Amino acid sequence: MPATERAAYALKRAAPPLAVIAVLVGAWEVYADTGTTNRLFLPAAHSVAAALWNNAGLIASNLATTAEEVGLGLGLALAIGLVCALVIHLAPLARQALYPLAIGSQAIPVAVIAPLLVFWWGFGLLPKLFVIVLICFFPVVVTTVDGLAAVDPDQLKLLGTLGASRWQAFRFAELPAALPAALSGARIAVAVGLIGAVIAEISTAGTSSGLGHLIELDLNDLTAAQTQVAWAATIVLFAFAIVCFYTLGLGARRLAPWADHSSRVPS
Amino acid sequence: MVGPSGAGKTTLLELVCGIQSPDVGSVAAQPAVLMPQRDQLLPWLCAVDNAALALRIAGIARAQARAQASAAFAELGLEGFERAMPWELSSGMRQRVAFARTLLAGKPVLCLDEPFGALDAITRAEAQRWLAEALLREPRTVLLVTHDVEEAFVLADRVAVLCARPGYVIAELDVKLARPRSRTDPELVALRERALAALATGMSAHGASEAPASARD
Repeated sequence: MPATERAAYALKRAAPPLAVIAVLVGAWEVYADTGTTNRLFLPAAHSVAAALWNNAGLIASNLATTAEEVGLGLGLALAIGLVCALVIHLAPLARQALYPLAIGSQAIPVAVIAPLLVFWWGFGLLPKLFVIVLICFFPVVVTTVDGLAAVDPDQLKLLGTLGASRWQAFRFAELPAALPAALSGARIAVAVGLIGAVIAEISTAGTSSGLGHLIELDLNDLTAAQTQVAWAATIVLFAFAIVCFYTLGLGARRLAPWADHSSRVPS
Repeated sequence: MVGPSGAGKTTLLELVCGIQSPDVGSVAAQPAVLMPQRDQLLPWLCAVDNAALALRIAGIARAQARAQASAAFAELGLEGFERAMPWELSSGMRQRVAFARTLLAGKPVLCLDEPFGALDAITRAEAQRWLAEALLREPRTVLLVTHDVEEAFVLADRVAVLCARPGYVIAELDVKLARPRSRTDPELVALRERALAALATGMSAHGASEAPASARD
């Protein structure tokens, strides 16, 4: 595709969400201007934009912290989630033993226990990583387990007729068949992982940077009249989630191009 | 083998390949490999890797397996498509890749289950031609199941006509015609008619009307 055509395509893709965002921001601006809500609690869209511009450096450095946490957490969650999914898939006993625990782990009130983690592990990265991994590994486990189970039984039969061992059936059929599902799990995980990072930053006291920390700081100290910075940080978080999701989507296409052609080829 | 749906053709092939075991009786056959009805190319492997699957499973390194499969590709007229992904291939080419995979399994007996059933008439005629040529170059015992009586006589040395419920061989016809065969050869046409007559007898003897829809053909 030539560059101009690609640009036109990108514009066409971006137009609908941009239109929705424009309408929402417009409504926000109008509502804030009516003055029904205190400016401190709901700053107008333009003042948030100004705060974003004036504090770009501050927000960027905090975003870097959050991005690092999410990146590390997602990587760990992928590793743990994939291992769990494999064990659950390969050993029925492990499925019975582990799956309920994995589901139950999602009901752990992370915001409440996060401060306790600090007592156990100190103020470092570890408590935050734990929160992110706890939230992120679950979608990876569920989608990968389902992906591994959804392998075409005829493909396994074919490998059987060619004399494949259990490991080879796994290597040539089950693993690649499950890859697109696992990557979808990763995309869900990155979206929820961001909120996990923010919760972790807010609830593990002693944090000194990160978007969650910045938001909490500016919302808690109303006398400083900095709520628009908190809003600006939220907007950045919002945009970052979208970027992460689509970046992983592009990666998935690269890693598992067959997923786009899964509709059975005309036989 | 030709015969109506429900005669147990696929079951017979799976018995020969050892995928199923018989409830009674035994199967005396050399080691056999199955080419299933759908080509079953793995979508995450390129064409040559699909063809080389049996070699990889046998423990041969990827590069060497690819080299061997590439040689088979050239003979089947697939050169240039080694790195194509399955969805980029036409149905006729996919069938050739599946056949290469079957051939490279290195078994003395090939069980082909309606290999060309889903192909259009022109692609099917071409497929019959390359299959015949490939078997001339590299002779194997082939057990071919087909719905197409004409295809059976174009390709086979011996045609077994099966009859359904219970499945049994109602006629066996030797085909002593030189290759390549023409489907309009009067002798071939005469054999074909005999097979069709046998099929019709089998159907009427067991009452075509009472034949229930079969779970598989």
